[in-house]
Amino acid sequence: MDDVDDIVREFLVESHENLDQLDRDLVALEERPGDRPLLSSVFRTIHTIKGTSGFLAFGALERLTHVGEGLLVELRDGRRSMDQPTTDVLLAVVDRVRDVLAAIEVDGTEGTVEVDDVITAVETLRATPAAPPVASPAVVPAPHRAPEAEPARALAPAASTVQATPVVQATPVVQATPVVPAASVPAASVPVASVPAAAAPAGQPAPVTPPAPVTPRAPSASASPVAAVEPDDHAHVRSLGDSAIRVDVDLLDALVRQVGELVLARNRISLLAAASQDLALVRGAQSLDLIAGELQEGVMKTRMQPIDHLWSKMPRIVRDLATTCGREVQLEMSGGDTELDRSLLEAVKDPLTHLVRNAVDHGIEPPDVRVAAGKPAKGTLSLRAYHTGGQVVVEVTDDGKGIDPRVVGDLAVARGLRTSEQVAAASPADLLHLLFLPGFSTASAVTHVSGRGVGMDVVRTHVEAVGGTVDVESTVGVGTVWRLRVPLTLAIMPALTVECAGDVFAVPQVNLLELVALGDAQGVAGIEEVHGARVHRLRGELLPLVPLAEVLGLTPDGERATGTVIAVVQAERRFGLLVDRVLSNEEIVVKALSSRLKPLGVYAGATVLGDGRVSLILDVQAIARRAMVADVADDAAAAQVGAAATVAATPMLVVGVGGGRRVALPLQQVARLEHLRVDQVERVGGREVVRYRGTMLPLARLDALLGTRGGTGRDDLLVVVLERGGRTAGLVVDEIVDILQDSADQHADVVDHGLLGATVLDGRVTELLDVRAAVLAADPSFYDAAEPAEPATEPAAAPGAPRSGHLVGAAR
Amino acid sequence: MSQYVTFTLADALYGVDVMRVQEVLRAQARTRVPLAPPDVAGLVNLRGQVVLTVDLRTRLGMPRLVDAEPTMVVVLVEGEAISLLVDAVGDVVEVGPDTFEPPPPNLDPQLRPLIRGAHKLEDRLLLVLDVAAAVAPHPAHPAPTPTLESR
Repeated sequence: MDDVDDIVREFLVESHENLDQLDRDLVALEERPGDRPLLSSVFRTIHTIKGTSGFLAFGALERLTHVGEGLLVELRDGRRSMDQPTTDVLLAVVDRVRDVLAAIEVDGTEGTVEVDDVITAVETLRATPAAPPVASPAVVPAPHRAPEAEPARALAPAASTVQATPVVQATPVVQATPVVPAASVPAASVPVASVPAAAAPAGQPAPVTPPAPVTPRAPSASASPVAAVEPDDHAHVRSLGDSAIRVDVDLLDALVRQVGELVLARNRISLLAAASQDLALVRGAQSLDLIAGELQEGVMKTRMQPIDHLWSKMPRIVRDLATTCGREVQLEMSGGDTELDRSLLEAVKDPLTHLVRNAVDHGIEPPDVRVAAGKPAKGTLSLRAYHTGGQVVVEVTDDGKGIDPRVVGDLAVARGLRTSEQVAAASPADLLHLLFLPGFSTASAVTHVSGRGVGMDVVRTHVEAVGGTVDVESTVGVGTVWRLRVPLTLAIMPALTVECAGDVFAVPQVNLLELVALGDAQGVAGIEEVHGARVHRLRGELLPLVPLAEVLGLTPDGERATGTVIAVVQAERRFGLLVDRVLSNEEIVVKALSSRLKPLGVYAGATVLGDGRVSLILDVQAIARRAMVADVADDAAAAQVGAAATVAATPMLVVGVGGGRRVALPLQQVARLEHLRVDQVERVGGREVVRYRGTMLPLARLDALLGTRGGTGRDDLLVVVLERGGRTAGLVVDEIVDILQDSADQHADVVDHGLLGATVLDGRVTELLDVRAAVLAADPSFYDAAEPAEPATEPAAAPGAPRSGHLVGAAR
Repeated sequence: MSQYVTFTLADALYGVDVMRVQEVLRAQARTRVPLAPPDVAGLVNLRGQVVLTVDLRTRLGMPRLVDAEPTMVVVLVEGEAISLLVDAVGDVVEVGPDTFEPPPPNLDPQLRPLIRGAHKLEDRLLLVLDVAAAVAPHPAHPAPTPTLESR
């Protein structure tokens, strides 16, 4: 029983490989219909499957491949040329073969896969008079070549069923006919009829022409079909098969693991040897060191596969898609031999396919549009892979219509993912990055190709899951480049080890931007607080700080630990991870985390350090999500909950305006908080302005506006910056008190200049600032922009208002 | 007949199916896992593999072991090696189905899923631990009481 299973398994593996090759060949064949080696390759593949399926008694599969083969015979004989209907039918055959193979894989039988419709399609096609190949008059050399191949091939249908079952050798024809349905009899008869005709010319020139060694075999084929079947082709296959063996992936994984352990053991021996006086031990350790290193490298290589494995499927995908979408696409691929770890290959498969689909469906325009735009009707889609700096970069480039950042921005607003202010302030590159937000899909219409709910956010999630990144560049009218970066291997990654509350953690280098030592000189002074939220001024910008100890619920050693700020980058925002100490850079071997610990969501894995200790690898993205209160997804979710829910609590920025008075303004309207020096303030007309980010920032002093006396004599100004449609205005305040949730039901009417009312925040009565009036005092034309007046002057009416994190976001 | 690797927790004798046990070794330095549930005692380096350690005392609602070195029993659960912290390891015992009884009805419902039942040895009871339940992420929902010990 087991033997049979093994044979079936082998057959499946082999056939799957062959089918991928077939896809490629068929598409290539459509381009170069006369390519004989290609035709032979296609024929060989189908033929092999047919032969084995007959032997394994997969009748439906055999029938299917048999008619496919019949069609191929016509092609090869030049009685039919490769046109699109033919390709379509052949691809349909390939697909159905795949279906049957899948069914066999499931339970060892062909199941209920229907093959007759495809068989009928092939028959119908063959019944229609085929356009003779263009080359028919020029076939003069063909008679030589064709007959040479003919006898062997023609026998193949009959021979193949026999080949593996020597028992029935004596009755090959009988064997073939009952299995093959009536419909395919012509298929069999055609080649048979052609045998004598073909054999005759073949026999005559035999002594003269070079193909002679082959032709003599043709007659003998009828006697011993087994030996005769395409001896040439088998020779090829064998030479390839001899140089490579198939190895179970689990075995490879186990080897990689064991080599990892060996390397750790070696490290320990090296340590011992270094401390020893024994020369023999030292020498032994050195050679162990060398060998282990080489072994590790070698084993890692066994897991590397060229990205060609993925790309081989692309021509078919692109062709099918282009046909469906009515596009003309030229696919170019380069760097297919770039190797990466097979698990990574697997991980980028779906994202890459998605990007390719997207490029054909949304990127490349229909031919008429392209021509109108002065481009060639045929669009170019190129795939490029290359190594750079320990990473593999895969680019998907199209020369299509490009992506308009403004459209992306508008959509983000429409979907409630961003406010129009944020969009107005964002750079084109930032806007394009919005494409990766969950819930974003540029497909204006959901087609069956794209826009099926699998958006770019899924691509990003997939790629980030293996420690990679994805970004996009686009020029409207010129094209788009999607760029995936993935590490070479998952097994080893460079990381920084840090200490926090006595424990050692590893931070992946990919997440790391820079290290900032606060040191004793700056001490705690390097850290400032926005009421509990710690920030650090890094080159003039506020960097939010996340104390690792707090995220992990650890008690810091001794007094408040302030060692180092690590600046960590990630797609959405930058933040500083506060740790006690930085230890070293290490290449760490990543170990999977126990399934019990995965739900904790702050660790990406574990590793064994050089000294044998286990250390946890931090998942920086997850920590950011955990610690940064305002997450984009949260905002979107909050917006979906509905305006009613959000009216109840609006985040308010509470500021002091002197004289103990506190006023609150909706946080949503705040773009940034800035410290400015008093001597930066200049006067234009009757107004105070500062030069700020290349523009003039008009200021209004809240204390003057509200009739209090703020702190005077200070040499710095605390400014709340508001932004709208590219205009900015600043409100000078005395202090930033806090960010608090405001409940609309606590509101009371207070009629006073510059106020909308009052509310109770944090147990204290706080006045609600009339932001509009205050801003108008700074810049009377602030609200004159073309955008519709926003309802947000009433604080409680801002749905889905972002929380404190947006200060953070804005501080970038 | 069933074979159990026995170990003690406080005064009680427990057993796990011998086929599940990969090895028994002295406790090693553990790396604590912040934010993990209390019964996760940390991670250990077992010949290069990172193995989760579960403190069985905490899991079974007993006070932690003080002033003594625990022992690690490494078991395989769904292909993953997990180390259990126990007080001390005893012999491998072979018992027949005739001595087995399901857990008594007055057993704490919280612990019910963890204890399959008891074998009545001559001088004491051998409690059969359901390893999979003991290392499961959350105290299982009141699962159908395991009333029978096969074999």
